[in-house]
Amino acid sequence: MKLARVVGTVVATQKFPKYEGLKFLQVQPLDLEKQPRGLPFTAIDMVDAGEGDDVLVCLEGQSAVDAVGLGENPVDAVIMGVVDAVQFVPPRRDNPWTRG
Amino acid sequence: MRLGRVVGTVVSTRKDPKLVGLKLLVVGTVSPELVADGGYEVTVDTVQAGFGDLVILCTGSSARMTERTKDAPVDATIVGIVDTVNLD
Amino acid sequence: MNVGRVAGNLVSTVKDPGLEGHRILLVRPLNGREKPFWALDAVGAGAGEVVLYCRQREASYAFHPDFVPCDACVVGIVDELDEVLP
Repeated sequence: MKLARVVGTVVATQKFPKYEGLKFLQVQPLDLEKQPRGLPFTAIDMVDAGEGDDVLVCLEGQSAVDAVGLGENPVDAVIMGVVDAVQFVPPRRDNPWTRG
Repeated sequence: MRLGRVVGTVVSTRKDPKLVGLKLLVVGTVSPELVADGGYEVTVDTVQAGFGDLVILCTGSSARMTERTKDAPVDATIVGIVDTVNLD
Repeated sequence: MNVGRVAGNLVSTVKDPGLEGHRILLVRPLNGREKPFWALDAVGAGAGEVVLYCRQREASYAFHPDFVPCDACVVGIVDELDEVLP
């Protein structure tokens, strides 16, 4: 799983019928320094995340499909959790994940 | 499979119910020469790995092929702790 | 599937029960584009040998019906390759 930040919402009126009721968010993958890394992509939100939240994204097809739980569904990225903190060991004084 | 070093943990209160009870570790991936390659993976630990341990990562849908992660929505699992590496 | 050369191995005592009894080899793909990776050995390959490997989930089917968490697997030892090796 990867760490990412929610950067926007995606609204689609006309979509695959099984997507009905699902929330799509645009997320930017992050590195361990909390800096953007790679290109943003769209993920289905299962934990009611909001813009600016740091989240845990699962990027494996079958796992994503199971997490959504609506049977066979074309899904490849799902937000699985909202990250409260990343704790490093040994602790880092400048831990980017615990600042404001 | 790839190797990595355990560098931290992820704390998440609001998460998918199927992730509850699983230990989430941050693993920095390393090259075969055991040099950090800048990548990382948030993984589920199935072997009681500790901080600083060199571990074997299994990614993709094979990550679900352990007893602990069966049917869990995960894409990276720690499946072993490395004792020694021999390069030819 | 593709071909690579066995470039090392590793020893692990604490591991998932599914990995018990299997060797883990370092494979360097011969195409030079893919990065080296670690794979489970299903055929008894040795150091320096050119091998056939399989990646992704299907790799674990090499050990069917055992439940093996493995995303890369050595499935053959190459005798002859009709291609110039680097």
